[in-house]
Amino acid sequence: MEGDIAEMGKYIGAGLAAFGLGGAGIGVGNIAGNFLAGALRNPSAAASQTANLFVGIAFAEALGIFSFLIALLLMFAV
Amino acid sequence: MATEAHDAAAGAHGAGEAVGMPQLDISTWPNQIFWLLVTLVAIYLIVTRVAVPRIGAVLAERRGTITNDLAAAEELKLKATEAEAAYNEALATARAEAAKIVAAAKAEIEADLAKATAKADADIEAKAAVSEQRIAEIRAGALESVTEVAKDTAKELVSVLGGKADARSITAAVTARMKG
Amino acid sequence: MSEGASTGFQIHPMDQFIVKPLFGGDHIAWYTVTNVTLWMAIAVVVIAALLMLGTRRRAIVPSRSQSVAELLYGFIHNMVEEVTGHDGVKYFPYVMTLFLFILFSNLLGLLPMSFTTTSHVAVTMTLAMLVFVGVTVLGFVKNGIGFLSMFWVSSAPLVIRPILAVIEVISYFVRPVSHSIRLAGNLMAGHAVIKVIAGFATLAVASPVIVGAVTAIYALELLVACVQAYVFTILTCVYLRDAVGGAHH
Repeated sequence: MEGDIAEMGKYIGAGLAAFGLGGAGIGVGNIAGNFLAGALRNPSAAASQTANLFVGIAFAEALGIFSFLIALLLMFAV
Repeated sequence: MATEAHDAAAGAHGAGEAVGMPQLDISTWPNQIFWLLVTLVAIYLIVTRVAVPRIGAVLAERRGTITNDLAAAEELKLKATEAEAAYNEALATARAEAAKIVAAAKAEIEADLAKATAKADADIEAKAAVSEQRIAEIRAGALESVTEVAKDTAKELVSVLGGKADARSITAAVTARMKG
Repeated sequence: MSEGASTGFQIHPMDQFIVKPLFGGDHIAWYTVTNVTLWMAIAVVVIAALLMLGTRRRAIVPSRSQSVAELLYGFIHNMVEEVTGHDGVKYFPYVMTLFLFILFSNLLGLLPMSFTTTSHVAVTMTLAMLVFVGVTVLGFVKNGIGFLSMFWVSSAPLVIRPILAVIEVISYFVRPVSHSIRLAGNLMAGHAVIKVIAGFATLAVASPVIVGAVTAIYALELLVACVQAYVFTILTCVYLRDAVGGAHH
Protein backbone atom coordinates (compact mmCIF):
# COMPACT_ATOMS: atom_id res chain seq x y z
CA MET A 1 0.00 0.00 0.00
CA GLU A 2 2.75 2.36 0.92
CA GLY A 3 4.58 1.38 -2.21
CA ASP A 4 1.50 2.05 -4.29
CA ILE A 5 1.24 5.60 -2.99
CA ALA A 6 4.90 6.18 -3.69
CA GLU A 7 4.37 4.77 -7.20
CA MET A 8 1.41 7.07 -7.72
CA GLY A 9 3.41 10.04 -6.53
CA LYS A 10 6.16 9.19 -9.00
CA TYR A 11 3.81 9.10 -11.93
CA ILE A 12 2.01 12.26 -10.88
CA GLY A 13 5.36 13.98 -10.43
CA ALA A 14 6.54 12.82 -13.83
CA GLY A 15 3.37 14.14 -15.41
CA LEU A 16 3.76 17.46 -13.67
CA ALA A 17 7.38 17.70 -14.73
CA ALA A 18 6.29 17.21 -18.32
CA PHE A 19 4.50 20.57 -18.09
CA GLY A 20 7.93 22.15 -18.26
CA LEU A 21 8.19 21.09 -21.86
CA GLY A 22 5.25 23.33 -22.65
CA GLY A 23 7.35 26.27 -21.50
CA ALA A 24 10.15 25.16 -23.77
CA GLY A 25 7.64 24.94 -26.60
CA ILE A 26 6.49 28.51 -25.93
CA GLY A 27 10.08 29.68 -25.83
CA VAL A 28 11.08 27.96 -29.04
CA GLY A 29 7.96 29.20 -30.78
CA ASN A 30 8.65 32.70 -29.58
CA ILE A 31 12.19 32.64 -30.92
CA ALA A 32 11.19 31.14 -34.26
CA GLY A 33 8.28 33.55 -34.64
CA ASN A 34 10.36 36.58 -33.85
CA PHE A 35 13.05 35.38 -36.19
CA LEU A 36 10.49 35.01 -38.96
CA ALA A 37 9.06 38.47 -38.26
CA GLY A 38 12.52 39.98 -38.40
CA ALA A 39 13.46 37.95 -41.46
CA LEU A 40 10.39 39.17 -43.32
CA ARG A 41 11.26 42.77 -42.53
CA ASN A 42 14.85 42.38 -43.60
CA PRO A 43 15.22 39.21 -45.66
CA SER A 44 18.78 40.04 -46.68
CA ALA A 45 19.98 39.81 -43.08
CA ALA A 46 18.11 36.58 -42.34
CA ALA A 47 20.59 34.13 -43.82
CA SER A 48 23.43 35.37 -41.64
CA GLN A 49 21.36 34.94 -38.49
CA THR A 50 20.18 31.35 -38.85
CA ALA A 51 23.08 30.17 -36.69
CA ASN A 52 21.93 32.50 -33.92
CA LEU A 53 18.40 31.24 -34.42
CA PHE A 54 19.46 27.67 -33.80
CA VAL A 55 21.65 28.56 -30.84
CA GLY A 56 18.75 30.47 -29.29
CA ILE A 57 16.37 27.61 -29.92
CA ALA A 58 18.87 25.19 -28.40
CA PHE A 59 19.24 27.28 -25.25
CA ALA A 60 15.51 27.71 -24.89
CA GLU A 61 15.00 24.02 -25.44
CA ALA A 62 17.67 23.11 -22.88
CA LEU A 63 15.48 24.17 -19.98
CA GLY A 64 12.57 22.14 -21.30
CA ILE A 65 14.92 19.21 -21.58
CA PHE A 66 15.73 19.49 -17.90
CA SER A 67 12.10 18.97 -17.03
CA PHE A 68 11.97 16.08 -19.48
CA LEU A 69 14.97 14.66 -17.68
CA ILE A 70 13.26 15.08 -14.32
CA ALA A 71 10.18 13.32 -15.68
CA LEU A 72 12.26 10.43 -16.97
CA LEU A 73 14.19 10.15 -13.73
CA LEU A 74 10.95 10.07 -11.75
CA MET A 75 9.49 7.47 -14.05
CA PHE A 76 12.41 5.12 -14.29
CA ALA A 77 15.20 5.92 -11.87
CA VAL A 78 13.69 6.97 -8.55
CA MET B 1 12.62 1.69 -4.42
CA ALA B 2 15.99 2.31 -5.91
CA THR B 3 16.90 -1.36 -5.79
CA GLU B 4 13.67 -2.26 -7.46
CA ALA B 5 14.37 0.12 -10.33
CA HIS B 6 17.84 -1.22 -10.62
CA ASP B 7 16.59 -4.75 -10.74
CA ALA B 8 14.08 -3.80 -13.39
CA ALA B 9 16.73 -2.09 -15.46
CA ALA B 10 19.11 -4.98 -15.03
CA GLY B 11 16.43 -7.39 -16.17
CA ALA B 12 15.70 -5.30 -19.22
CA HIS B 13 18.46 -6.61 -21.43
CA GLY B 14 17.87 -10.16 -20.34
CA ALA B 15 14.23 -10.83 -21.04
CA GLY B 16 13.46 -7.91 -23.36
CA GLU B 17 10.51 -6.79 -21.25
CA ALA B 18 9.27 -3.24 -21.47
CA VAL B 19 10.68 -2.15 -18.19
CA GLY B 20 12.78 0.78 -17.16
CA MET B 21 14.99 2.89 -19.31
CA PRO B 22 17.84 1.02 -20.93
CA GLN B 23 19.67 4.34 -21.09
CA LEU B 24 19.96 4.46 -17.32
CA ASP B 25 21.35 0.95 -17.01
CA ILE B 26 24.78 1.86 -15.75
CA SER B 27 26.16 -1.61 -16.40
CA THR B 28 26.20 -1.04 -20.15
CA TRP B 29 27.90 2.36 -19.99
CA PRO B 30 31.55 1.24 -20.08
CA ASN B 31 30.77 -0.84 -23.14
CA GLN B 32 29.09 2.04 -24.97
CA ILE B 33 31.75 4.55 -24.01
CA PHE B 34 34.53 2.21 -25.11
CA TRP B 35 32.98 1.56 -28.51
CA LEU B 36 32.12 5.22 -28.92
CA LEU B 37 35.74 6.19 -28.39
CA VAL B 38 36.87 3.55 -30.88
CA THR B 39 34.33 4.87 -33.38
CA LEU B 40 35.33 8.48 -32.87
CA VAL B 41 39.00 7.67 -33.36
CA ALA B 42 38.15 5.80 -36.55
CA ILE B 43 36.06 8.68 -37.91
CA TYR B 44 38.71 11.16 -36.84
CA LEU B 45 41.35 9.23 -38.76
CA ILE B 46 39.13 9.05 -41.83
CA VAL B 47 38.45 12.76 -41.63
CA THR B 48 42.01 13.91 -41.06
CA ARG B 49 43.87 11.38 -43.20
CA VAL B 50 41.57 11.21 -46.19
CA ALA B 51 38.67 13.60 -46.30
CA VAL B 52 40.21 16.90 -45.33
CA PRO B 53 43.29 16.68 -47.56
CA ARG B 54 41.33 15.35 -50.50
CA ILE B 55 38.36 17.66 -50.33
CA GLY B 56 40.55 20.60 -49.42
CA ALA B 57 42.75 19.90 -52.43
CA VAL B 58 39.77 19.49 -54.71
CA LEU B 59 38.20 22.71 -53.49
CA ALA B 60 41.49 24.60 -53.81
CA GLU B 61 42.02 23.18 -57.28
CA ARG B 62 38.50 24.09 -58.29
CA ARG B 63 38.95 27.59 -56.91
CA GLY B 64 42.19 27.83 -58.86
CA THR B 65 40.53 26.62 -62.02
CA ILE B 66 37.68 29.04 -61.56
CA THR B 67 40.09 31.90 -60.91
CA ASN B 68 42.09 30.98 -63.99
CA ASP B 69 38.97 30.68 -66.08
CA LEU B 70 37.77 34.01 -64.84
CA ALA B 71 41.13 35.59 -65.63
CA ALA B 72 41.08 34.05 -69.10
CA ALA B 73 37.54 35.25 -69.59
CA GLU B 74 38.56 38.72 -68.47
CA GLU B 75 41.45 38.68 -70.91
CA LEU B 76 39.24 37.51 -73.73
CA LYS B 77 36.73 40.18 -72.87
CA LEU B 78 39.49 42.77 -72.99
CA LYS B 79 40.58 41.44 -76.36
CA ALA B 80 37.04 41.55 -77.60
CA THR B 81 36.72 45.14 -76.45
CA GLU B 82 39.95 46.00 -78.23
CA ALA B 83 38.81 44.28 -81.38
CA GLU B 84 35.55 46.12 -81.21
CA ALA B 85 37.36 49.43 -80.84
CA ALA B 86 39.58 48.62 -83.82
CA TYR B 87 36.58 47.60 -85.83
CA ASN B 88 34.77 50.77 -84.93
CA GLU B 89 37.79 52.82 -85.89
CA ALA B 90 38.10 51.05 -89.22
CA LEU B 91 34.44 51.54 -89.80
CA ALA B 92 34.69 55.25 -89.08
CA THR B 93 37.68 55.60 -91.40
CA ALA B 94 35.92 53.72 -94.14
CA ARG B 95 32.86 55.82 -93.66
CA ALA B 96 34.85 59.05 -93.91
CA GLU B 97 36.64 57.76 -96.99
CA ALA B 98 33.37 56.82 -98.58
CA ALA B 99 31.91 60.22 -97.79
CA LYS B 100 34.92 61.87 -99.34
CA ILE B 101 34.63 59.75 -102.47
CA VAL B 102 30.94 60.43 -102.68
CA ALA B 103 31.53 64.16 -102.35
CA ALA B 104 34.22 64.13 -105.03
CA ALA B 105 32.08 62.13 -107.37
CA LYS B 106 29.16 64.41 -106.75
CA ALA B 107 31.26 67.50 -107.45
CA GLU B 108 32.60 65.97 -110.65
CA ILE B 109 29.20 64.92 -111.79
CA GLU B 110 27.83 68.33 -111.00
CA ALA B 111 30.61 70.01 -112.93
CA ASP B 112 30.04 67.70 -115.92
CA LEU B 113 26.38 68.28 -115.68
CA ALA B 114 26.82 72.04 -115.59
CA LYS B 115 29.10 71.88 -118.58
CA ALA B 116 26.74 69.67 -120.49
CA THR B 117 23.82 71.85 -119.55
CA ALA B 118 25.62 74.95 -120.69
CA LYS B 119 26.56 73.29 -123.97
CA ALA B 120 23.06 72.05 -124.48
CA ASP B 121 21.69 75.50 -123.69
CA ALA B 122 24.03 77.04 -126.24
CA ASP B 123 23.09 74.46 -128.89
CA ILE B 124 19.44 74.96 -128.18
CA GLU B 125 19.82 78.69 -128.40
CA ALA B 126 21.67 78.43 -131.68
CA LYS B 127 19.16 76.03 -133.08
CA ALA B 128 16.32 78.21 -131.87
CA ALA B 129 17.87 81.23 -133.58
CA VAL B 130 18.24 79.34 -136.84
CA SER B 131 14.73 78.08 -136.58
CA GLU B 132 13.37 81.51 -135.83
CA GLN B 133 15.19 82.89 -138.80
CA ARG B 134 13.79 80.17 -140.96
CA ILE B 135 10.36 80.66 -139.57
CA ALA B 136 10.64 84.35 -140.29
CA GLU B 137 11.82 83.57 -143.82
CA ILE B 138 9.04 81.10 -144.30
CA ARG B 139 6.56 83.54 -142.91
CA ALA B 140 7.86 86.28 -145.18
CA GLY B 141 7.83 83.86 -148.11
CA ALA B 142 4.36 82.79 -147.26
CA LEU B 143 3.13 86.33 -146.97
CA GLU B 144 4.62 87.16 -150.30
CA SER B 145 3.10 84.13 -151.96
CA VAL B 146 -0.24 84.87 -150.33
CA THR B 147 -0.09 88.39 -151.79
CA GLU B 148 0.84 86.98 -155.15
CA VAL B 149 -1.90 84.37 -155.04
CA ALA B 150 -4.39 86.98 -153.92
CA LYS B 151 -3.43 89.29 -156.73
CA ASP B 152 -3.66 86.50 -159.26
CA THR B 153 -6.94 85.30 -157.90
CA ALA B 154 -8.30 88.81 -157.77
CA LYS B 155 -7.20 89.45 -161.39
CA GLU B 156 -8.72 86.19 -162.54
CA LEU B 157 -11.92 86.89 -160.65
CA VAL B 158 -12.14 90.38 -162.07
CA SER B 159 -11.45 89.18 -165.59
CA VAL B 160 -13.96 86.38 -165.27
CA LEU B 161 -16.51 88.79 -164.05
CA GLY B 162 -15.84 90.80 -167.22
CA GLY B 163 -13.96 93.66 -165.78
CA LYS B 164 -10.64 94.88 -166.83
CA ALA B 165 -8.25 94.58 -164.09
CA ASP B 166 -5.67 97.08 -163.76
CA ALA B 167 -2.73 95.77 -161.88
CA ARG B 168 -2.14 98.81 -159.78
CA SER B 169 -5.53 99.01 -158.16
CA ILE B 170 -5.61 95.30 -157.49
CA THR B 171 -2.28 95.47 -155.76
CA ALA B 172 -3.49 98.34 -153.68
CA ALA B 173 -6.69 96.53 -152.77
CA VAL B 174 -4.92 93.32 -151.85
CA THR B 175 -2.37 95.16 -149.77
CA ALA B 176 -5.20 96.97 -147.98
CA ARG B 177 -6.95 93.63 -147.30
CA MET B 178 -3.79 91.96 -146.18
CA LYS B 179 -3.20 94.61 -143.67
CA GLY B 180 -6.75 94.51 -142.51
CA MET C 1 5.42 -0.56 -14.40
CA SER C 2 4.63 -4.02 -15.63
CA GLU C 3 0.91 -3.41 -15.39
CA GLY C 4 0.89 -1.24 -18.56
CA ALA C 5 2.53 -4.09 -20.43
CA SER C 6 0.14 -6.77 -19.28
CA THR C 7 -3.12 -4.99 -20.02
CA GLY C 8 -4.45 -4.01 -23.42
CA PHE C 9 -1.82 -2.97 -25.94
CA GLN C 10 1.55 -4.62 -25.99
CA ILE C 11 3.61 -1.52 -26.57
CA HIS C 12 7.22 -1.59 -25.53
CA PRO C 13 8.56 1.75 -26.68
CA MET C 14 11.80 1.36 -24.74
CA ASP C 15 12.74 -2.09 -26.01
CA GLN C 16 14.47 -0.61 -29.03
CA PHE C 17 17.07 1.00 -26.80
CA ILE C 18 18.19 -2.16 -25.05
CA VAL C 19 21.87 -2.94 -25.39
CA LYS C 20 22.30 -6.60 -26.32
CA PRO C 21 25.41 -8.66 -26.87
CA LEU C 22 25.58 -9.72 -30.49
CA PHE C 23 27.00 -13.18 -29.90
CA GLY C 24 24.91 -14.46 -27.04
CA GLY C 25 25.52 -14.28 -23.34
CA ASP C 26 24.07 -11.89 -20.82
CA HIS C 27 27.08 -10.22 -19.38
CA ILE C 28 28.16 -6.96 -20.98
CA ALA C 29 31.78 -6.18 -20.26
CA TRP C 30 33.43 -3.05 -21.62
CA TYR C 31 34.82 -4.97 -24.61
CA THR C 32 31.73 -7.04 -25.46
CA VAL C 33 30.59 -6.74 -29.05
CA THR C 34 27.03 -5.47 -28.80
CA ASN C 35 24.48 -3.90 -31.08
CA VAL C 36 26.07 -0.58 -30.09
CA THR C 37 29.27 -1.82 -31.68
CA LEU C 38 27.43 -3.00 -34.77
CA TRP C 39 25.63 0.27 -35.44
CA MET C 40 28.63 2.42 -34.68
CA ALA C 41 30.63 0.26 -37.08
CA ILE C 42 27.92 0.72 -39.71
CA ALA C 43 28.13 4.47 -39.17
CA VAL C 44 31.90 4.35 -39.65
CA VAL C 45 31.51 2.28 -42.80
CA VAL C 46 28.94 4.68 -44.25
CA ILE C 47 31.08 7.70 -43.42
CA ALA C 48 34.14 6.01 -44.90
CA ALA C 49 32.20 5.11 -48.03
CA LEU C 50 31.01 8.65 -48.46
CA LEU C 51 34.28 10.37 -47.70
CA MET C 52 36.74 7.90 -49.21
CA LEU C 53 34.92 6.31 -52.12
CA GLY C 54 32.97 9.43 -52.98
CA THR C 55 36.05 11.58 -53.28
CA ARG C 56 38.17 8.84 -54.84
CA ARG C 57 38.39 10.47 -58.23
CA ARG C 58 39.07 14.00 -56.91
CA ALA C 59 37.08 15.37 -59.80
CA ILE C 60 36.95 19.08 -60.50
CA VAL C 61 33.39 18.58 -61.57
CA PRO C 62 32.14 16.40 -58.70
CA SER C 63 30.07 13.26 -58.91
CA ARG C 64 26.93 13.00 -56.81
CA SER C 65 28.54 11.43 -53.75
CA GLN C 66 31.54 13.70 -54.00
CA SER C 67 29.34 16.77 -53.95
CA VAL C 68 27.58 15.45 -50.85
CA ALA C 69 30.97 15.05 -49.16
CA GLU C 70 31.99 18.51 -50.30
CA LEU C 71 28.70 19.94 -49.11
CA LEU C 72 29.20 18.49 -45.63
CA TYR C 73 32.78 19.68 -45.59
CA GLY C 74 31.89 23.18 -46.71
CA PHE C 75 28.93 23.38 -44.34
CA ILE C 76 30.95 22.52 -41.24
CA HIS C 77 33.98 24.48 -42.37
CA ASN C 78 31.89 27.63 -42.84
CA MET C 79 30.18 27.08 -39.50
CA VAL C 80 33.47 26.71 -37.64
CA GLU C 81 34.97 29.71 -39.37
CA GLU C 82 31.88 31.84 -38.85
CA VAL C 83 31.28 31.02 -35.20
CA THR C 84 34.76 30.54 -33.77
CA GLY C 85 36.59 32.94 -36.05
CA HIS C 86 39.75 32.33 -37.98
CA ASP C 87 41.63 30.92 -34.99
CA GLY C 88 39.11 28.12 -34.59
CA VAL C 89 39.55 26.64 -38.07
CA LYS C 90 42.34 24.33 -36.90
CA TYR C 91 39.83 22.50 -34.69
CA PHE C 92 37.69 21.82 -37.73
CA PRO C 93 38.53 18.06 -37.93
CA TYR C 94 37.30 17.49 -34.37
CA VAL C 95 34.06 19.30 -35.04
CA MET C 96 33.67 17.47 -38.34
CA THR C 97 34.17 14.13 -36.57
CA LEU C 98 31.49 14.91 -34.01
CA PHE C 99 29.09 16.15 -36.65
CA LEU C 100 29.54 13.17 -38.95
CA PHE C 101 29.15 10.67 -36.12
CA ILE C 102 26.01 12.29 -34.75
CA LEU C 103 24.42 12.90 -38.14
CA PHE C 104 24.97 9.38 -39.41
CA SER C 105 24.05 7.75 -36.12
CA ASN C 106 20.81 9.73 -36.07
CA LEU C 107 19.99 8.89 -39.67
CA LEU C 108 20.93 5.20 -39.37
CA GLY C 109 18.83 5.03 -36.23
CA LEU C 110 15.80 5.89 -38.32
CA LEU C 111 16.11 2.66 -40.27
CA PRO C 112 13.54 0.16 -39.10
CA MET C 113 14.86 -2.42 -36.61
CA SER C 114 18.02 -0.41 -36.13
CA PHE C 115 19.62 0.74 -32.92
CA THR C 116 20.12 4.45 -32.28
CA THR C 117 23.45 4.88 -30.58
CA THR C 118 22.96 8.61 -30.04
CA SER C 119 19.78 7.99 -28.07
CA HIS C 120 21.88 6.72 -25.20
CA VAL C 121 22.85 9.14 -22.51
CA ALA C 122 26.16 7.35 -22.06
CA VAL C 123 27.11 8.08 -25.65
CA THR C 124 25.94 11.69 -25.80
CA MET C 125 27.32 12.40 -22.34
CA THR C 126 30.71 11.15 -23.49
CA LEU C 127 30.51 13.33 -26.58
CA ALA C 128 29.50 16.35 -24.50
CA MET C 129 32.16 15.70 -21.88
CA LEU C 130 34.79 15.45 -24.61
CA VAL C 131 33.74 18.89 -25.78
CA PHE C 132 33.45 20.26 -22.25
CA VAL C 133 36.81 18.97 -21.04
CA GLY C 134 38.46 19.82 -24.32
CA VAL C 135 37.15 23.38 -24.29
CA THR C 136 38.06 23.92 -20.64
CA VAL C 137 41.60 22.59 -21.09
CA LEU C 138 42.03 24.54 -24.29
CA GLY C 139 40.77 27.70 -22.63
CA PHE C 140 43.28 27.41 -19.81
CA VAL C 141 46.10 26.53 -22.17
CA LYS C 142 45.35 29.43 -24.49
CA ASN C 143 44.37 32.12 -22.01
CA GLY C 144 45.98 30.89 -18.79
CA ILE C 145 44.21 31.96 -15.65
CA GLY C 146 42.58 34.72 -17.70
CA PHE C 147 40.08 32.14 -18.90
CA LEU C 148 38.32 32.60 -15.57
CA SER C 149 37.52 36.21 -16.49
CA MET C 150 34.78 34.68 -18.64
CA PHE C 151 32.77 34.28 -15.44
CA TRP C 152 33.38 37.83 -14.27
CA VAL C 153 31.03 39.90 -16.43
CA SER C 154 32.89 43.18 -16.57
CA SER C 155 30.12 44.98 -18.41
CA ALA C 156 27.68 44.51 -15.52
CA PRO C 157 27.44 46.79 -12.46
CA LEU C 158 29.92 45.83 -9.76
CA VAL C 159 27.22 44.96 -7.24
CA ILE C 160 25.64 42.19 -9.23
CA ARG C 161 28.88 40.82 -10.65
CA PRO C 162 29.35 38.18 -7.92
CA ILE C 163 25.82 36.95 -8.43
CA LEU C 164 26.35 36.83 -12.15
CA ALA C 165 29.60 35.00 -11.60
CA VAL C 166 27.79 32.30 -9.64
CA ILE C 167 25.18 32.02 -12.36
CA GLU C 168 27.83 31.90 -15.06
CA VAL C 169 29.74 29.17 -13.25
CA ILE C 170 26.58 27.12 -12.82
CA SER C 171 25.59 27.58 -16.43
CA TYR C 172 29.09 26.62 -17.49
CA PHE C 173 28.94 23.36 -15.61
CA VAL C 174 25.41 22.64 -16.77
CA ARG C 175 26.53 22.89 -20.38
CA PRO C 176 27.51 19.24 -20.85
CA VAL C 177 24.25 18.14 -19.26
CA SER C 178 22.01 20.14 -21.58
CA HIS C 179 24.35 19.47 -24.48
CA SER C 180 24.02 15.71 -24.08
CA ILE C 181 20.48 15.33 -22.79
CA ARG C 182 19.18 17.45 -25.64
CA LEU C 183 20.49 15.06 -28.24
CA ALA C 184 19.64 11.85 -26.39
CA GLY C 185 16.26 13.18 -25.25
CA ASN C 186 15.18 14.31 -28.68
CA LEU C 187 16.08 11.05 -30.32
CA MET C 188 14.74 8.85 -27.57
CA ALA C 189 11.48 10.77 -27.38
CA GLY C 190 11.06 10.71 -31.16
CA HIS C 191 11.70 7.00 -31.46
CA ALA C 192 9.51 6.21 -28.47
CA VAL C 193 6.68 8.28 -29.96
CA ILE C 194 6.95 6.39 -33.24
CA LYS C 195 6.85 3.10 -31.37
CA VAL C 196 3.89 4.12 -29.21
CA ILE C 197 1.87 5.35 -32.16
CA ALA C 198 2.80 2.32 -34.22
CA GLY C 199 1.65 0.17 -31.31
CA PHE C 200 -1.87 1.55 -31.70
CA ALA C 201 -1.96 0.03 -35.18
CA THR C 202 -2.92 -3.26 -33.52
CA LEU C 203 -6.40 -1.78 -33.56
CA ALA C 204 -7.39 -2.63 -37.14
CA VAL C 205 -9.81 0.29 -37.36
CA ALA C 206 -7.19 2.82 -36.49
CA SER C 207 -4.38 1.42 -38.59
CA PRO C 208 -4.87 3.56 -41.74
CA VAL C 209 -4.68 6.69 -39.61
CA ILE C 210 -1.72 5.27 -37.73
CA VAL C 211 0.20 4.62 -40.92
CA GLY C 212 -0.26 8.26 -41.89
CA ALA C 213 0.69 9.47 -38.45
CA VAL C 214 3.81 7.32 -38.32
CA THR C 215 4.81 8.58 -41.74
CA ALA C 216 4.38 12.19 -40.62
CA ILE C 217 6.34 11.66 -37.42
CA TYR C 218 9.00 9.79 -39.32
CA ALA C 219 9.42 12.81 -41.58
CA LEU C 220 9.61 15.03 -38.52
CA GLU C 221 12.22 12.71 -37.02
CA LEU C 222 14.27 12.96 -40.20
CA LEU C 223 14.30 16.71 -39.73
CA VAL C 224 15.05 16.36 -36.03
CA ALA C 225 17.96 14.02 -36.76
CA CYS C 226 19.60 16.63 -38.98
CA VAL C 227 18.73 19.60 -36.80
CA GLN C 228 20.02 17.97 -33.64
CA ALA C 229 23.31 17.10 -35.32
CA TYR C 230 23.51 20.71 -36.46
CA VAL C 231 22.63 22.06 -33.01
CA PHE C 232 25.16 19.85 -31.25
CA THR C 233 27.84 20.97 -33.68
CA ILE C 234 27.05 24.65 -33.53
CA LEU C 235 26.95 24.58 -29.73
CA THR C 236 30.36 22.91 -29.83
CA CYS C 237 31.53 25.80 -31.98
CA VAL C 238 30.00 28.34 -29.58
CA TYR C 239 31.74 26.74 -26.62
CA LEU C 240 34.95 26.55 -28.60
CA ARG C 241 34.73 30.27 -29.27
CA ASP C 242 34.85 30.92 -25.53
CA ALA C 243 38.12 29.06 -25.32
CA VAL C 244 39.72 30.28 -28.52
CA GLY C 245 38.49 33.85 -28.61
CA GLY C 246 39.08 34.46 -24.89
CA ALA C 247 36.58 36.11 -22.63
CA HIS C 248 34.15 38.05 -24.68
CA HIS C 249 30.43 37.66 -24.68
